[in-house]
Amino acid sequence: MPETKKFLYVNRKAPYGTIYAQEALEVVLIGAAFEQDVSLAFLDDGVYQITKGQNTKEVSMKNFSLTYKALGDYDVNKIYVEQESLDARGLTLDDLLPLAWEDEDDDWAKKDSIKVVSAAEMAKIMEQSDIVFSF
Amino acid sequence: MSQLHTVNKSPLERNTLESAIAHAIKGNALLMIEDGVYGAMQGTHKSAIVSNAMSDISFYVMGPDLKARGIDEKRIIDGIKIVDYSDFVALVAEHDVTQSWL
Repeated sequence: MPETKKFLYVNRKAPYGTIYAQEALEVVLIGAAFEQDVSLAFLDDGVYQITKGQNTKEVSMKNFSLTYKALGDYDVNKIYVEQESLDARGLTLDDLLPLAWEDEDDDWAKKDSIKVVSAAEMAKIMEQSDIVFSF
Repeated sequence: MSQLHTVNKSPLERNTLESAIAHAIKGNALLMIEDGVYGAMQGTHKSAIVSNAMSDISFYVMGPDLKARGIDEKRIIDGIKIVDYSDFVALVAEHDVTQSWL
């Protein structure tokens, strides 16, 4: 039985101006197949990735924000969003996608995946990770 | 010479918007496109830079880029005009020079 490691994916870029956000999501989904302990961090402009109501029809790009909703099905349910980053952008938890997962150990109860944390708490999450991928 | 400035970077990540505004002359126009549209939002740590320059510069923001990013028109700073791609072309045609801030 190989050792389970704590993976952290750090997202700091807005979604459509560069390819970082979409590439990060691809890597998370690939990594999810390896049954590791996965966490996602959204800070700085990365918080823009998971805002509600994205509609890319008129810019002819793929609206990959809908894919974040599938993360719960891949047991990716530890999604940390930095409070200070939301504040700087005039955003609140209500502006974010309602990301959730179903807990099989609790009669498939639907639970929120997003946890809003302070920058200090985020620093601890980073410090406690075995492997950090930064996008 | 009447200039149009375009800004395509988030003001929360780069100083592009700040620098463009600082170098725009009274009567110039500034159009926010791509990630630049985050600069049009109310209530951010950078909103005041735009509000304070509103009397000298005409601000425009690209509607399709707002929609892509899920930014509701209600959250745009008062006085910024929302435009589409044909308006973009018209703005370029109306001004003597277009300066693209990257």
